[in-house]
Amino acid sequence: MTRKQRRLLAVVAGLSLFGASVAMVLAAFSSDLVFFYSPSGLIARDIAPGHRIRIGGIVERHTVVREDDGKTVAFRITDGKTNIAVTYTGILPDLFREGQGVVAEGELLPDGIFAASTILAKHDAKYMPPEVAEELKKTGHWTEGSVPAGRPYVMPAAVR
Amino acid sequence: MPMLTRLANPARFMRASSTALPWLGALATGVIAVGLVWGLVFAPPDYQQGESVRIMFVHVPSAWMAMSAYLFIAVASGVALVWRHPLADIAAQAAAPVGAGFTAVCLASGSLWGRPMWGAWWVWDARLTSVLVLFFLYLGYIALVNAFDDRTRGARAGSLLALVGVVNLPIIKFSVDWWNTLHQPASVLRLGAPTIALSMLLPLLVMALGFMLLFGWLVLLRMRAALNERKAHALRLYGQLAAGEPRLPMAPPVADVAARAALR
Repeated sequence: MTRKQRRLLAVVAGLSLFGASVAMVLAAFSSDLVFFYSPSGLIARDIAPGHRIRIGGIVERHTVVREDDGKTVAFRITDGKTNIAVTYTGILPDLFREGQGVVAEGELLPDGIFAASTILAKHDAKYMPPEVAEELKKTGHWTEGSVPAGRPYVMPAAVR
Repeated sequence: MPMLTRLANPARFMRASSTALPWLGALATGVIAVGLVWGLVFAPPDYQQGESVRIMFVHVPSAWMAMSAYLFIAVASGVALVWRHPLADIAAQAAAPVGAGFTAVCLASGSLWGRPMWGAWWVWDARLTSVLVLFFLYLGYIALVNAFDDRTRGARAGSLLALVGVVNLPIIKFSVDWWNTLHQPASVLRLGAPTIALSMLLPLLVMALGFMLLFGWLVLLRMRAALNERKAHALRLYGQLAAGEPRLPMAPPVADVAARAALR
């Protein structure tokens, strides 16, 4: 084996070992690396009221209700299997709308409602001109926001 | 490959790059100008984001270049470590500030885009955080390379850091698939057809080509500057030696392979 081959072997072996160890660390911490929990994931994680967390999903259709004070808004976030009621007081981002992705930061109240202090709009990976979107809606090829509502979130008895 | 090895000779590289440089510069300027006008004026607004979507034409190509430039540095560093090509270190070091610049543009434009669309300048999700790590890797690489008095030792340490940091590239690329993130998943470089209308994809690809040419132009320019600097350094040392100056310079010229090769 020449010196060049030995150096090549050292670089390749070192990189593979390092890459493998990083992959293992990331896999081990995978559930802590999420930016938000889905409503279904919330049930699986047994999160107690009062903990500051983020939840994300789709704003369920026809659930957005504005209170009389003009600042408070209530809606439901769904991931298709579970939905959770959210209340929020403040200014909503421009992209917030029914059928669109959203991330809410706040805490669970003891009655299972999520009190959000920050609302972030999540954008999907679709880009198109308005005319194309209109055309798709007209021809019935529009699938966005047609996520099933799912079952309402019930706080697990263990954390209540 | 034979062409690449031929160009690995510094003297031949200087001749070839001096011909290519003005063409690359003119081409990069032209393509970016076309892409900007196309993207900012003629491309349609988005059905959800309206006119804000035009930030994409700067943000996405700079993000691609931020990652490509790092890959370039990592490959050049690997070649430098294994085959000790005199130009590989110079290429890696020439690309680092350019890549850091693209990363800074990507972070800044993304922040400007996030504020109106998401409602936040910055969030600590996996995509944004891993790109910030990429930016720090660039800065760390530049600092490490320049931290040694002996240029070859600095280059060796930098090469190792560049290779170690390459694990961050798949993390950036797949962060939006592996974890929940606020950042949207890929629209162009994904399995299946792009989820972006052709009228927006075309100017985006033109901008990407323009940024690629810009990268090539800047890297060649910086490589030539680095080679000229080493040549001047070596000439000064030989001049001092020829004049019979007793004091030897800090870095002996024999250690500098590139400078010796450039003198031939």
